[in-house]
Amino acid sequence: MGLFIIRRLTSAVLVMFAISVLVFLIFFATPGVDPAARIAGRSATPQIVAQIRHEFGLDRALPIRYGLMMDHLFIKQDLSSYVNIGDRVVPQIISAAPVTLSLVLGAAVIWLLVGVAGGVVAAANRGKFIDPLIMFFGIAAISVPAYWLGEVVNLITQSKLHSSIFSWVPSSGFVSLSANPGQWALHLLFPWLTLAALYAGIYARVLRAELVNALNEDYVRTARAKGLSERRILLRHALRCSLISIVSLFGLDFGALIGGAALLTEVVFGLPGVGQLTYTSLQNLDLPVIMGCVMYGAFFVVLANAVVDVLYAFLDPRVRLA
Amino acid sequence: MAGLAVFLLVVTICLLAPVYAHDIAHVNPFASNLQGTIVLHGKVVQLLQQNTQGLGLGVTPIGPTWNISHYFLGADNQGRDVFARLLYGGRSSLLIGAASALICCLAATILGLAAGYFGGPIDWVLSRIFDIIWAFPIYLLAISLSVVLLTSGLQIGFIHIGPGSLMLPILIIAAVFVPYVARPLRGIVLSLREREFIQAAIGSGASDYRILMKEILPNAAPTIIVFLPLMVAFNMLTESALSFLSIGVQPPAASWGTIINDGLGLLYTRPVVAIAPGLMIVVTAVALNILGDGARDAFDPKAKLRGSI
Amino acid sequence: MRSSTSSTPFSIREFDLPDETASTQPLLEVDDLRVSFATRGGVVQAVDGLSLQVGRREVVGIVGESGSGKSVAMYSLLGLVRDSNVTITGRVRFEGRDILGLPDQEMRSIRGHDIAMIFQDPMTALTPVYNVGWQIAEQIRAHGTATKQQARTRAIELLGEVGIPDPARRIDQYPHEFSGGMRQRVVIAMALSCNPKLLIADEPTTALDVTTQAQILDLMSTLQDSYNSSIVIITHDMGVISEMADRVVVMYAGRPAEIGAKRDVIRSPRHPYTWGLLGAVPRVESKRSRLVTIPGTPVSPLDVPAGCAFGPRCDYRFDACSERPALRGDGGHQDACWLDERQKVAIRQRVESSIGSENAS
Repeated sequence: MGLFIIRRLTSAVLVMFAISVLVFLIFFATPGVDPAARIAGRSATPQIVAQIRHEFGLDRALPIRYGLMMDHLFIKQDLSSYVNIGDRVVPQIISAAPVTLSLVLGAAVIWLLVGVAGGVVAAANRGKFIDPLIMFFGIAAISVPAYWLGEVVNLITQSKLHSSIFSWVPSSGFVSLSANPGQWALHLLFPWLTLAALYAGIYARVLRAELVNALNEDYVRTARAKGLSERRILLRHALRCSLISIVSLFGLDFGALIGGAALLTEVVFGLPGVGQLTYTSLQNLDLPVIMGCVMYGAFFVVLANAVVDVLYAFLDPRVRLA
Repeated sequence: MAGLAVFLLVVTICLLAPVYAHDIAHVNPFASNLQGTIVLHGKVVQLLQQNTQGLGLGVTPIGPTWNISHYFLGADNQGRDVFARLLYGGRSSLLIGAASALICCLAATILGLAAGYFGGPIDWVLSRIFDIIWAFPIYLLAISLSVVLLTSGLQIGFIHIGPGSLMLPILIIAAVFVPYVARPLRGIVLSLREREFIQAAIGSGASDYRILMKEILPNAAPTIIVFLPLMVAFNMLTESALSFLSIGVQPPAASWGTIINDGLGLLYTRPVVAIAPGLMIVVTAVALNILGDGARDAFDPKAKLRGSI
Repeated sequence: MRSSTSSTPFSIREFDLPDETASTQPLLEVDDLRVSFATRGGVVQAVDGLSLQVGRREVVGIVGESGSGKSVAMYSLLGLVRDSNVTITGRVRFEGRDILGLPDQEMRSIRGHDIAMIFQDPMTALTPVYNVGWQIAEQIRAHGTATKQQARTRAIELLGEVGIPDPARRIDQYPHEFSGGMRQRVVIAMALSCNPKLLIADEPTTALDVTTQAQILDLMSTLQDSYNSSIVIITHDMGVISEMADRVVVMYAGRPAEIGAKRDVIRSPRHPYTWGLLGAVPRVESKRSRLVTIPGTPVSPLDVPAGCAFGPRCDYRFDACSERPALRGDGGHQDACWLDERQKVAIRQRVESSIGSENAS
C-alpha cells in the first residue's frame, strides 16, 4: 500500500510537470503571438514590454524561459500583474481559494447524497414510473448551461419574489466561515444547490447504469442464492461495487471544480473565488493571473486524481496488489 | 426518435433564418439600432425607453411584443430584435457544436485508431498526450487557448485564421475534447486487434491501411456514431460557456452564449433576453442527449436484453 | 425435530428421525415445469415439461448441451430467474411444500438455507470487494442468530473442511487472491454453511482445469457423505455424471429425453441423443477416431421443430418423429423416442459390435 501511494504520487508529479510545460507552451510558444505584448496588457509602453521581455527571458532559449517562469510562479512567488500593477498573482489565488473550496465542498456533499440516492432509487425501481423520471432529470442536468441556471435562480430569488417568499435570501456575495458560519451557509445555499443540481443528475445516471450492470453480475446471483434480501443485495453488494467508479468520477469532477470549472457559478453568484479571479483577469486579458489560475487549477486536478487513485485502492482490493 | 425530431426542428428553424428573417425582424440582427422605433397599439414608441424607476438613469429596451412579425421577444440593450438574434445565434451555436464535434471525432478516430492499431511508441506517445490533456480541466484548457489565440488569430504555415473567425472556437473546442473520444476508441481497437478476423486479415498479408479501413473502422463506427450527438451537445455547451466569458464567438457575430451574456445586464428588467437563448440550448442539448442514448441502445441491444439470469 | 439442546447453531443437522413421511417422500418433486420467455423474436420455451424427483441423499445429474434448459429449470424453481418477460408454470414441491411462486420473503428463507447453489464460474461468483470470510459469514448470519464471532469461527471451520490450507489466515483474503479451484472450494464452503438439504451445482467443474475438476468432484462426494445432502448436478459432461450421479436426466431443447438410474442410462441408453452424448455412435466416415460429436447444432430455442425436437439431428428418424414423443418406459427408466425397444437394442448392439471390431483391428 505504501509503495502504491509513493508510485502514484510520483506519477502525479510527472503529470504536473507535463501540464506546466503544456501551459507554458500555450502561453509562450504559440505561433504568431508575442507573449511580452500580451503580458503587458492593452495599453503598455514599449519600456514595459522591454522590461517584461527581460524579466521572463523572452529573448533566451525556451527551456530557460520555462525555468524562469516556474521560478516566478512557485519559488519566488512574485509573478505579478501588469494590468493592475503590483498585484501579485500567488497571494491573490491563495486568498480566493477558500471561497472556491467552500462552494465546491458544500455542493459536493449535496450532489453525492442526492445523486447516489437517485441512482439507487432508479435502479431499484427499474422500469417503473420513477426510473425514467430520474433519468430524464439526469439528461436535463447535463444539458443545462451552469451559468444560465445560476442566472435563473438569481432571477427567481432576487427579483420579484425577493420581497415575499425569498426575502430570507441574502444578496449575492461571500461571508467567510470563520466570520459567521450561519451567514456563510446562507450565502452559499443557492450556489450550492445550483452547482449540485447539475452533478446530482449526472451521478444518478452514471450510478444507475453501473448498478444495472452490477445487478447482472454473477456475484449478485450468488448473493440471491445465499438468500439475502434484495435490499441487502442492492446496497451491500451491487452498490458497494458500483461506488468504485463513482469515486473515480467524483475525483475528476471535484478536482476540476476546485481547479476552476466552478468559475461560471462563481461569476453568476458573485463569489470572489479563484474562478471569479480567472474571469476578471480574462476581462482584462491579464495574462500572468490567467496563467497562475490555470496552473493552480491543473495542480488541484492532478492532486485530486492522485488522492482518488489511493482511495480507489482502499475501495477495490484488486487494485492494491497491482 | 423524439430527440432526433426536436433536434432537426431546431436546426431547420435556425438554418432557414435568412429566408424568413426579414418577415419577423425588419432590422439587421447584428447592427445596433439605438434610435429605432416600433409601432405599438397605434403609437410610435422608442425601442430603448427611459427608465422610470429608481433614479431614472439609463434606458431599458422594449419588452416582448409577442407579435411574431416584429420584436417578438423584445429588443436587447442595443435595440436589436432578440428573436432574430436568437435564430442567427442558433446558427453559430449549432455550427460550432456540429463542426467541432465532427472535427473532434475525425481527429480522435485517426489518433485512436493509430494508437490502438500500431501500438508501440506511437501508442505510448499518443496515450501520454491524451493523459495530460485529460488531466487538464476542459474549461481552463479552452480558456487558455482562446485567450492566446483570440486577439491575434492562429498562424500555422500558410493557414491563417483571423481572430474573429468562428473557426477559432471550433478548433479549440474540437482539440480539447479529442482525448474524450480517442481514449475509448483506442481501447476498442486494442480489443478488436486480438480478435480472430483481424488476426486472419493480418496473417493474410493485407496492408495496414486496408485492415484499418475495411476491418477495424466498420467495427469501431458504432462507438463514433454514438459519441457524435453527445459531442455536439457537449461542444455547444462549451461554446456557450466560452462565449459567456466573452472568449468564444466575437461580436458582431452572435451565438446563444453571447446573447445570454448580453442579457445578463438586463436580467432583472428584461429577463427574456437571457432566458430565451438558455432555453434553446437546453432544448437542443436534451434532444441530442436523448438521441445519443437512443443510438447507444440501438447499437448495443444487449443493454436492453440483459436482465434475466 | 431439531434438537434444541444443540450447543452451537452450526452442528451438522441431526438427520431427521425416520418418521413415515420423511422416508417415503422425495425431497424435491418437480412436476411438468415449463419456463418461457417472451422476447422480440417470439416466445422462447426454455423448459418444456420437465418432471423429476430428487430423493434424500440422492445425487441426480441433469445432462445436456448448452441451451438445453437445464440451468434455467433449476434457477427458476429457486426464483432466481428475474426477467419480467418470464412465465413459469408447473409444480415444485420441496419436503412436500409447494415452493413455486412463493413470495420472495419466504423463498429467501429456503434459498441458501435449505437449498444452496454452486455456480459454474468461481472467478465471478464471489463479490470482488469483500474477503471470503465476510461472504461466508454473511450467509450464516442471514439464516440464523449467530454472532459475528461464531460465524467467523464456523467460516474458518468450513474453509478447512473444503480443503483450503491455513484457513485462519486465508479467511481474510479477497477472492482475487485465490486460484480458480480454491475459489470454487470457497463457493462450496459457502453453499454448505447452512447445512442445506439440497445442493444444486451448476456446471461446478466446467470452468476448471482437468486435475482440479477431479479434486472438486471428489470433494463434493466426500462432503455429500458427511453432510447427508442431496445434490442436483447440472453438467454437459457424461464423465461427471458417471462419477457422481445416482440418477440421470438427459435434457434436449428444454425437454427431458431420457430419465433413469445412472447404471441403466450409461449401460443401456435408449434415446439417440443419449447415444450421441455418450459418444457411443461412431460415424461411418470416422472409423479410426473415437472422438465423436453429435452432428448438427443444438436447436434454436426460437425455432424448436414440431414433433421430436432432436429429429433434425437424428440418424434414425422416421415418419412417427413428426409428432412429439412422450416419455415412455418402465418406472425407473424412461425415454422420449418413437423407436421401439427392439429397434433400440438392435441399433445399440450394431454400434457396440462396430466399436468392438474397430478395437480388434
